[in-house]
Amino acid sequence: MSSAKDFSKTNAFLIDMTRCTGCRGCQVACKQWNELEAEKTEFFTGEGYQNPPAMSEYTFTRIKFRDYEKNGQNEFAFYKEMCMHCNDPACASVCPVGAFEKTTEGPVIYKADRCIGCRFCMIACPFGVPKYEWSKALPLVKKCTGCYSRIKEGFQPACATTCATAITYGPRNKMITEAERRIAARPDRYLSKIYGKDEAGGTGVLYLTALPFNELGFKPVTMRALPSFTWQALRLVPGIFLTVGGGLSAISWINHRKDRLRAEKAQQAEATEPGKEEQQ
Amino acid sequence: MTAAKFVISEIKSYHRFVQALIALVVVGVIASMARFALGLGVTTNLNDTFPWGLWISFDVVTAVPLAAGAFTLGAIVHVFHIKKLEPLVRPAIVTGFLGYSLVTIGLVLDLGQPHKGWHVLRYWNVHSPMFEVSMCVMAYTTVLFLEFLSPVAERFGWHIPLRLLRWIEMPLVIAAAAISTLHQSSLGTFFLIAVDKLHNLWYNPLLPLLFWISAIAAGLSIIILEATASHKWMGQPNESELLETLCKILPWVLGVYISVKAFSLFALAEGPFFDHPKLLASFLVEVGIGVLLPFLMLLSPKVRTTGRLQVIAAGLVVFGLVLNRFNVSMFGMMLGDEIYLPSIIESLVTVGIIAAHILFFVLVAKYFPIFEHHPETVDYSIPDHFHKIDGASHTKAEAKTAAGGKAIPESH
Repeated sequence: MSSAKDFSKTNAFLIDMTRCTGCRGCQVACKQWNELEAEKTEFFTGEGYQNPPAMSEYTFTRIKFRDYEKNGQNEFAFYKEMCMHCNDPACASVCPVGAFEKTTEGPVIYKADRCIGCRFCMIACPFGVPKYEWSKALPLVKKCTGCYSRIKEGFQPACATTCATAITYGPRNKMITEAERRIAARPDRYLSKIYGKDEAGGTGVLYLTALPFNELGFKPVTMRALPSFTWQALRLVPGIFLTVGGGLSAISWINHRKDRLRAEKAQQAEATEPGKEEQQ
Repeated sequence: MTAAKFVISEIKSYHRFVQALIALVVVGVIASMARFALGLGVTTNLNDTFPWGLWISFDVVTAVPLAAGAFTLGAIVHVFHIKKLEPLVRPAIVTGFLGYSLVTIGLVLDLGQPHKGWHVLRYWNVHSPMFEVSMCVMAYTTVLFLEFLSPVAERFGWHIPLRLLRWIEMPLVIAAAAISTLHQSSLGTFFLIAVDKLHNLWYNPLLPLLFWISAIAAGLSIIILEATASHKWMGQPNESELLETLCKILPWVLGVYISVKAFSLFALAEGPFFDHPKLLASFLVEVGIGVLLPFLMLLSPKVRTTGRLQVIAAGLVVFGLVLNRFNVSMFGMMLGDEIYLPSIIESLVTVGIIAAHILFFVLVAKYFPIFEHHPETVDYSIPDHFHKIDGASHTKAEAKTAAGGKAIPESH
């Protein structure tokens, strides 16, 4: 939608997973700020140590655990799941009522008062972020707000404020520079790639990790902004409408004219009274 | 009370089958009330992994192309002037109107915030295929309603509206074709956003074009099935000669579809194609039995002229379309281990919607002149400037000359 825009100044998260200790303070802070209900869970009902087993209408962010062996020792690696606040969000492009908006500050926000509940955003999001209030009769979509209410007041997002080690928040170009600096300074510590720099056309959350992204649970996504996939077809809509409408009008005019001439000829031949005006 | 008694005695006089349909519709209505009382989460098997289920896959994505016969036939008859097919137009319009009305109901049931559905008209987002389809469905349902008004006006003898409707007939036919082209294809655009979610066997940039062409084929096939069924069971005139003409058009449409599908698969889609054996099987059934087989069948003149074989070929085309839409909107998206199966309530609602369609079609055909409409008696291509129709004998004679002059065009 806004592919031409410059996103270097919009705010972005830089999340350095190598610095994450898995304390899940971000999960707690997120629940507190957004006033989200707790979920009753049990350990090891999901894939591993992570809890709750998935993001939901009550859980906007979550730390995923992955245990692996390093130098014969068991180690943990982490991945913070949350809304990626894409530069050109798929959810915003597919929503028929424009209930999603990429704000100039950075967060992709959801306007509940507009939402009609078609759930196209959930189909479109390549990261599986928007969740639905399945428990309600008239449900709405729920997702990470990017703490837009805090950003507007000059604060940082709740998770970034709480996190003692891993999350940095600021203008996207600065976050990229910082990420590149860290990779260059400790090439042994980092995988030399910033996840989110180009993924889905560039996102508002940038990750640094030690382990390959797919092993941590990052979704493999296209590097193209998703709205461009539908727009390449939708942009043809006015042209097709005019072509089909105009083409059929022309064909029917020609055919009617042919018929009229033929009818007139027949009438003249029979020398009957031409009692009708014809049209089209 | 007398009105109620009349309705009850009418219903008692219906055939068992029709009574069964009424029962299914009632069950469907109760099931959809349960959806509003208890919520989507409780009554459906939808969840965050499968936010769209049976209601979107069948009631919207499949039902819309199945109702495509109205615009296709309208264009064939009125634009390309194959006038002899006109007796099939009205049943097709009734099917279309019922189909789209029920699509709207299905969509409203599926919406989480149905009371805000009208927001589509207020907050435009032209980048959304859903916006495009919603606008088109609204516009097209209106067009179909106006077209459907013709038999109603005839039934009640409303002459002024009838003349007005006849005057706007051509603009309506052309609007119907243009609007349908847009939303039939845009239903395919829906799934272009599902990059990395929809399997490569179906994901390709020509999906909208494929959706449009297959909708035309399915719309024509539904007309064949419907005309045959209403001849067999409703005592309507035998139109098999006209269906032969449709059977000549159908292989052309299928041929174009096969070429575009082959091109999109071999030239545009990206592999791997063979990583999900079940999806591959579903794809092969869809293309083999639902497209190639009826195409080959319809190449033979024997199939095109034999009523039973016509029905089998048309049935296969419809089967292929239904499977295609389910493959794209449901099966092809199940790439993980999780599986979605519709709940009982979801199924009852969808069965109720299908039953409602058949029921209303039967009732409309019972009470309104949709099959008796034969243009030989009235010349519809000529607007009647407020003084022709009533002088019946005069008009009839004149219309006959005009029809004779037209010399019933040869089908191509």
